[in-house]
Amino acid sequence: MMNQNELRELENRCIQEHSPPCTAACPIHVDVRGMIAAIQQGDFAGGLKILRKSVPFPGIISHICDQPCQVVCKRGEAGAAIAIAPLEKACVNWGGAAGAISALPQKPKRVAIVGGGLSGMTVAYDLARKGYQIAIYEANSHLGGRLWEISQDRLPWSVILQDMGVLDKLGVEVFLDTSVGKVGSNGRCPPLVLLGEHYEAVYLGTGTDVNEFYDFPLDAQGQVPIDPITYMTSQDGIFAGGSFLHARDFGGSIAQLVSQFAPQQNPQALPDGDQQTGVALSQPVWRSALLSVMDGRRAATSIDRYLQKVSLTASRSNEGPYTTRLYTNMQGIPALPQVPAVDPLQGYAEGEAIQEAQRCIQCECMECVKVCEYLKHYRGYPKKYLREIYNNLSIVMGTRHSNKLVNSCSLCGLCGEVCPEDLDMGIVCKESRQVMVGQKRMPPSAHDFALRDMAFSNSDKFALARNQPGAQASLYAFFPGCQLSASSPEYVQALYAYLGLQLPEAQAKGVGLILRCCGAPADWAGRADLFQAAQAEFLAEFEMMGRPKLVLACSSCYQVFKNYFPDVDILSLWEVIDQLGLPAGPQHRAGAARASLAIHDPCSTRYESHIQDSARNILHRLGYELCELPLSREKTECCSYGGLMWLANPELAAQTVQRRIAENPLDYVTYCAMCRDFFVRQGKPTLHLLDLIFGADPQSLAHQPGPGYSLRHENRARLKRKLLKEIWGEDMDASKSYENIRLFIAPQVQKLLDERLILIEDIQQVIEYAERSGKKLLNKKTGRFLAHYKPVAVTYWVEYVPQGEAYEVFNAYSHRMEIGEGGA
Amino acid sequence: MSEYVNPGDLNTWECVNCGVPLVIGKIQIAYLGSAYPVDLLKCPSCGLVFIPEELVLGKMAEVEKALEDK
Repeated sequence: MMNQNELRELENRCIQEHSPPCTAACPIHVDVRGMIAAIQQGDFAGGLKILRKSVPFPGIISHICDQPCQVVCKRGEAGAAIAIAPLEKACVNWGGAAGAISALPQKPKRVAIVGGGLSGMTVAYDLARKGYQIAIYEANSHLGGRLWEISQDRLPWSVILQDMGVLDKLGVEVFLDTSVGKVGSNGRCPPLVLLGEHYEAVYLGTGTDVNEFYDFPLDAQGQVPIDPITYMTSQDGIFAGGSFLHARDFGGSIAQLVSQFAPQQNPQALPDGDQQTGVALSQPVWRSALLSVMDGRRAATSIDRYLQKVSLTASRSNEGPYTTRLYTNMQGIPALPQVPAVDPLQGYAEGEAIQEAQRCIQCECMECVKVCEYLKHYRGYPKKYLREIYNNLSIVMGTRHSNKLVNSCSLCGLCGEVCPEDLDMGIVCKESRQVMVGQKRMPPSAHDFALRDMAFSNSDKFALARNQPGAQASLYAFFPGCQLSASSPEYVQALYAYLGLQLPEAQAKGVGLILRCCGAPADWAGRADLFQAAQAEFLAEFEMMGRPKLVLACSSCYQVFKNYFPDVDILSLWEVIDQLGLPAGPQHRAGAARASLAIHDPCSTRYESHIQDSARNILHRLGYELCELPLSREKTECCSYGGLMWLANPELAAQTVQRRIAENPLDYVTYCAMCRDFFVRQGKPTLHLLDLIFGADPQSLAHQPGPGYSLRHENRARLKRKLLKEIWGEDMDASKSYENIRLFIAPQVQKLLDERLILIEDIQQVIEYAERSGKKLLNKKTGRFLAHYKPVAVTYWVEYVPQGEAYEVFNAYSHRMEIGEGGA
Repeated sequence: MSEYVNPGDLNTWECVNCGVPLVIGKIQIAYLGSAYPVDLLKCPSCGLVFIPEELVLGKMAEVEKALEDK
C-alpha cells in the first residue's frame, strides 16, 4: 500500500498547485493571478483585498515596485508581459477605501522596532495584526525613511501618508525623534539593553547603523552576526534586517536573491519606466523597496515564532523569490500587446485595467486534465486525487467515497505522456485496485461482469489450443483474443487461413491456434489471483505447443504478453500483414476504396509505433487517405474499454467516447474491436481495419453496431465449434441443459438486457430452474410468470411466458443482495 | 422495518406451486455482512418471495452501492 512518503513523492510530481511564475518571483509572493482574475471580473475591491493579503502598504508598493514578476510573466512569450504594478495601482485606485484591518486579539507581549523605514513598518504591521503590542522608535521626525526622497511624480506624499495610516489603526505606538542608544550617544537615548528589559523582542531596521550599537559583540569583519534565515542577531530576542543585509555575503541565499534584482536582468523595469504603458515603474535607488518589505516580513515571522517558542527555522525554504516548477503550455495562445494607459500619470482607468487584466492567461498546468475526460470529470487534478485515493485506502471504518474514482480510470497512460513530470495516474489507480482487492474492500460489483466474461473465454466454451492438424508442434500460433472473436468471428477464421498460407515456413512447421482471454480484465481489476491462474493455463498450452511465436490481433493482449510473459515471442498481426502482404479479399476490387478516414490508435499501442506504422501502411496499401486526429499515436485516447472504465462508470465512459468521436467529422478507422464497437454504439461510423480487408461493403459496416454481450459469448462459442469441426474434424461436447432453452426476445427487451448486463445464458438458467422446480409466481392480471434464480453471486429475475417449446421474455432485472427465503 | 409492497401488487401475484395468493411478510435482505428485515410479498405456504423491479432498481441498488463502499 502507498505509504505517506510515496504519497508525498507522487503529490510532489503534480505541479498544478505550484505558484505561477509571477508569484514565485515576487519577494513577498503577491497572488498576482488571483488579483488579476478579480480585475478580469471588474472586481477591483476583490483585487485590492487579495493584494492586501501580501502587501502591507499597497499604495506605496504599487507606485514604486520594480516588478521582478514581469520578467518571468508567461504572457511575455505572447505579446508582452502583463503590466502588473499598474494593475495593482488600479486596484488601489478603484478598489474603494480600505475597510477595517483585521487583527487578532491583543497579546500581552511587546515588541520594539528601532527604525521606521519600510522594513520596520512592515514588522510593525505584521506583528500588530498578530496581536502584539508594537512601539516604533524613529530617529527622524517621520516614519517612512527614504520613501520621502522619491519624486512626487512617482510616489505622491498623499499615498505615503494614506498607507501609513494603517499603523495608527492597528494601535502601533510611534516615538519620533527618538534615537536608540548608539556609540557616541549623549546618554539621553534609551540604550538597546534597556529596550530589551521592556520588550520581549526587538527589531533593528536601522540599515548599516546596526553595526554601531555598542551592545553587540562584532565578528571578525566588524559586523553584527545575523542569521541569514531567521535574521536573529547574536543577542537573544534581537533581530535585524534591512538594506544592509543585502550587501553581506551570506554564502548564497541572499546574494542570489539580490542578483535577481540587478538592472540588467530586469530590462522592463529600467528607470525610464515602461515605454508602452507610460506608467513610471521604478528607479535604481528603489530597487530594494520590495526587499525591505520582504526583510520585515521574514523578521516578523521569526519574532512571532520566537515569542510563541516554536522553531524559527522549520519550513522556511520558499521565503523570498524562487523559480516555480509550474508548467504552463503556451501553445495556441495568440500574441497580444500591452494595453496603454491614456493618462500615464494617473495610471489605468477602470476599463483599461480590465482590458489589460484580460490578457492574463491565468497560468496553470492542467495538461493531463485538458486531455482526459476522467480527470476532468472529478473536477480536480492529480494532486487532489492522490490525496483522496490515499485516504480511501487508509479508511478503517466509514464510507470509501473514492472507490469509483479509483475504478473509473482507463489506465491508458495519456496523463503520464502529457505530464511535464511523467506522473501517470493509471499506475496509481491500478496499484490501488490491487490494494483494495487485498484489503477485501473492492466493491464486488465493480468488475464482476468483465471477470465472468474472462472466465467464459477461458472455459471450455471458447478456450482452445491446437497445433495445425497433423503437426506435433507450432512455430507460430495465432492468438486473436477474446474480443475480436466476439465482434467478428468470421475474420478470425479468415486470418487463421491467411497466416497458415503466408507465414514463413508455416506450412512445414505449422501455425497453431490459441483461443482464450489474455487476462487483461483481471490485471485491470487488480485481481492478481485470477490473472496468475489464467497465466498458468496459458503457459501450459504454450509449452505443449512447443513454445510458438504468438501473432496477436489485439493490442491489449500485446501489452499483457509484453509486460508479463517476457519469454514469449510476440508479433503484432498488423506487422505481419504489413510484411507479408494483404490477404486475398474484396479489397482488391479496383476503385472500391479511395476514401478518407480518420485513424484512431488503440491506447494500448501508445508506445508501439511499429504497430501504428504497420496499420497506416496497410491502410495506405488499401488505397485510403488517412487523417490524423489531434491526439494520436503516443498521445492517443482510450475508447473507455481500457481499465474497465466502461463497466465501473458507464456515464463517464459515454462522455469519453463522445469526446473522442467528436474530434473529426470523417469516418474513423481503427485496429481494435472494442474501440470500433464502442464508437459505433455512440453513433460514430467506424471501421475496423479488417472490415476493409475482408468486409464486402465497408460503407455499411461502418454503421453496423457490434454484437450485444450475449451475442459476444455466442459468437465465441460458435467460432470454437466451427473451427474445431472444419479444421480439426472434432465435435464439441454437448452443451448444458439450460443452453437448449429457446427464447424469443423482442429487440427493445434485448436492448434493456444489454444495458442491464444480463445475458441470455442467465435468463436460460432462471427459466430452467423455475420450470424444473415450479418455483415461480403467476401474475393473474397478465398471465406471465416471474421467477428468480442466483447462479453464483447475482440474483436474476425473469418475466416470461411459455410459447410452445420456447419462452417469450418480457423483462429481466438483477441484484446482488441476498434474499432470506424459505419458511412461511 | 421498511415495507416495500405496492398496493396494486396485493391481489396480483400467486405462488404457482402452492396455488395461493402472496401475502405481506417479513423477509431478511442481506449483503456483505449487513442484514435488513423488510416487509415484502411472499407465499404464506412455501415462502417464495416477490421483489418488484422498482425496488431492485431503486432502493436496493442504492443500498448495495452504499454497502460496497463501506
